[in-house]
Amino acid sequence: MEKLLLLGDEAIAQGALDAGMSGIYAYPGTPSTEITEYVQRNPEAIARNVHREWSANEKTAVEASIGMSYAGKRTMSCMKHVGLNVAADAYVNSALTGANGGMIVAVADDPSMHSSQNEQDSRFYGKFAMLPVLEPSNQQEAYDMAYYAFEISEKYAVPIMIRLTTRLAHSRAGVKRRKPLPEKDIKLPEDIHQFVLLPAIARRKYKGLLAMQTKFMEESIESPFNSYASGNDKSMGIIACGLAYNYLQENYADTPCPYPVLKVSQYPLPGNLVGKLAEECDNILVLEEGMPFVEEMLKGFFEGPHKIKGRLDGTVPRDGELNPNIVRLALGLPDLTGKPVPEVVAKRPPSLCLGCPHIDSFKALKEVLKEYGDGHVFSDIGCYTLGALPPFKAINSCVDMGASITMAKGAADAGLFPSIAVIGDSTFSHSGITGLLDAANENSNVIIMILDNHTTAMTGGQTSPGDGKIEDICKAVGVHEDHIRIINPLSRNHEEFLKLLKEELDYEGVSVIIPRRECIQTLTKKNKGRLK
Amino acid sequence: MKNNIILAGVGGQGILTIATIIGYAALDSDLQLKQSEVHGMSQRGGDVQSHLRISDKQIFSDLIPYGKADIIASVEPMESLRYLPYLSDEGWLITNTKPYVNIPNYPEIEKVLAEIKKLPRHILIDADVIAKDMGAPRAMNMIMLGAIASLMDDIPYDKFQKGIKYVFERKGEKIVDINMKAMDKGKEIAAEKTK
Ligand SMILES: Cc1ncc(C[n+]2csc(CCOP(=O)(O)OP(=O)(O)O)c2C)c(N)n1
Ligand code: SF4
Repeated sequence: MEKLLLLGDEAIAQGALDAGMSGIYAYPGTPSTEITEYVQRNPEAIARNVHREWSANEKTAVEASIGMSYAGKRTMSCMKHVGLNVAADAYVNSALTGANGGMIVAVADDPSMHSSQNEQDSRFYGKFAMLPVLEPSNQQEAYDMAYYAFEISEKYAVPIMIRLTTRLAHSRAGVKRRKPLPEKDIKLPEDIHQFVLLPAIARRKYKGLLAMQTKFMEESIESPFNSYASGNDKSMGIIACGLAYNYLQENYADTPCPYPVLKVSQYPLPGNLVGKLAEECDNILVLEEGMPFVEEMLKGFFEGPHKIKGRLDGTVPRDGELNPNIVRLALGLPDLTGKPVPEVVAKRPPSLCLGCPHIDSFKALKEVLKEYGDGHVFSDIGCYTLGALPPFKAINSCVDMGASITMAKGAADAGLFPSIAVIGDSTFSHSGITGLLDAANENSNVIIMILDNHTTAMTGGQTSPGDGKIEDICKAVGVHEDHIRIINPLSRNHEEFLKLLKEELDYEGVSVIIPRRECIQTLTKKNKGRLK
Repeated sequence: MKNNIILAGVGGQGILTIATIIGYAALDSDLQLKQSEVHGMSQRGGDVQSHLRISDKQIFSDLIPYGKADIIASVEPMESLRYLPYLSDEGWLITNTKPYVNIPNYPEIEKVLAEIKKLPRHILIDADVIAKDMGAPRAMNMIMLGAIASLMDDIPYDKFQKGIKYVFERKGEKIVDINMKAMDKGKEIAAEKTK
């Protein structure tokens, strides 16, 4: 079969397509975005009409995916790690409903927070939901796992998580394709109550899930992705999870690893193999990308006979992503680090593009708020979060998607005036609407600025789910139409912008201001397309 | 074999195009390849890097280990220094000398160049000016590509030429030609400086 050069993200997408996936559901989020984008431009997916539109958020994505699974077809939802927080209700409960058609939940974690608010580790969600988790160590495994995940998902009628991390998601390598499988036909669940989580049924389903745990463990022991390699030096055994295995191999590319190594790419942890390692070795080193998930499990509460080394005892840094060098030092091998970075090198943080519409919005906002002092602007997540940095220093919060509107409401409830929210159009459709409903219901004294650049810019310019409907949505949740104001954020409209802001500051109630101008990046892309 | 390359620059400067062409040339030479990229937040004018690993043997890590980079190639001088811990003792640092100033505290360029000149193996190229003189101001990164290609003995030069064709074909013969010439120029300059 042909070999393709694919990102880890793309390998999962190609694997799922080749394994007969009928629909992918996702909201963009670095480093997971390229999974869905690959399907969106893949000619075979287009020809087959695989579902591939963006969803409004991760929760709607996972739920739609459960629906497609209910109908008997193979389906995948994708998100970044914090997206799983949004989808957690759907994901955790899907452990009880189970799946009908094969169902994958692909989650890309971002240790070191290259483009994220935190570095949470999705394997904890897998354990919490009591579902199997797969964690590829390279692109080929990412591809193969999509096939395999659909198989075991259907075998046990449960969703399967594939967890990957930034460096695999965004690194390309050659991937060998397998023989493609046809998509499944519609087939309703045999048990018509399978997806009805009424307490009486849910209790029965939960017992079923508990009973399956030993089966999941057996699958992990038999898994083609977990393996045990013996070594002569039994002073230490190594457990290497997912991408960490690849860094371990890098350090023994020329000489074989002297220690016994358990490679883990499927959870729950393969109990007997861990037992074997513990029996053979004096100490255990745990190498895992993300939080000390396996390490904590092994360490337990009381000191055991083995010394467990990893992130908790300082052998590996407690936070941040791994790299070959960190693993090298944990193995006690000599440090090969080159010269230090010279002091002249200055930090170069990301910044708003020249001509970005958000710049004009921040300029107007800063000017109007001068008389009130700092501390009045609740922001959200998107390109405009860069407004926190100089030269703007215009925003005072960024917590989770949608939190700007609700925080502004809470602060207004506390008596803060003015209380202003700044949120992008895509984030507004993702999870701002319900917060606006709360504010409208109480006519809270807030100004909500919906920065409408017609796109989800931060993640590369995907379609924005609420595009073209923003003011209708605001009206529909109860914002008075006289206080839904639209302005084109250009420097020549600066005075008008100020006037409008002042008027709405004078109004006691919910105001929505929509500065609307297209993102420079998507505009440039479009213009290039037109010229061709 | 020069097989570990760090490409550096600022988001939007087009280092991924360089990476794509080298990757193409490597695959076309039946070599193994891993190429790690930066997506997301830092693409907005922040520092970006791409790790390229090319080998005739299996490649494990997607990231180049510290001290193992054979080449650091940067389209911006200060960015070339950001990755020094990766550079091997015998490694080359190649950089465009035109600073990209989008921060208020950009250091004095002389100080940056002085740090680069401390390295035993470095190549400084005024690629923006050369590209402009050639009438192809946007081909700066192809000049840098030419310089990199001149250090990669294991990949025949015509494979890079094929790579340029592959990437720019859609834009017409003239664009392919300009980029080809820019790469030749970069190769020539680097060959001169490494003699
Ligand atoms: C729950 C969650 N999902 C996804 C993301 C990734 N993400 C950050 S901002 C953003 C969208 C930004 O779009 P918008 O609000 O329109 O602002 P813009 O970047 O266009 O200015 C996305 C998808 C995230 N941080 N959290
Ligand atoms: S990508 Fe668009 S929204 Fe983001 S900073 Fe650039 S112009 Fe502004």
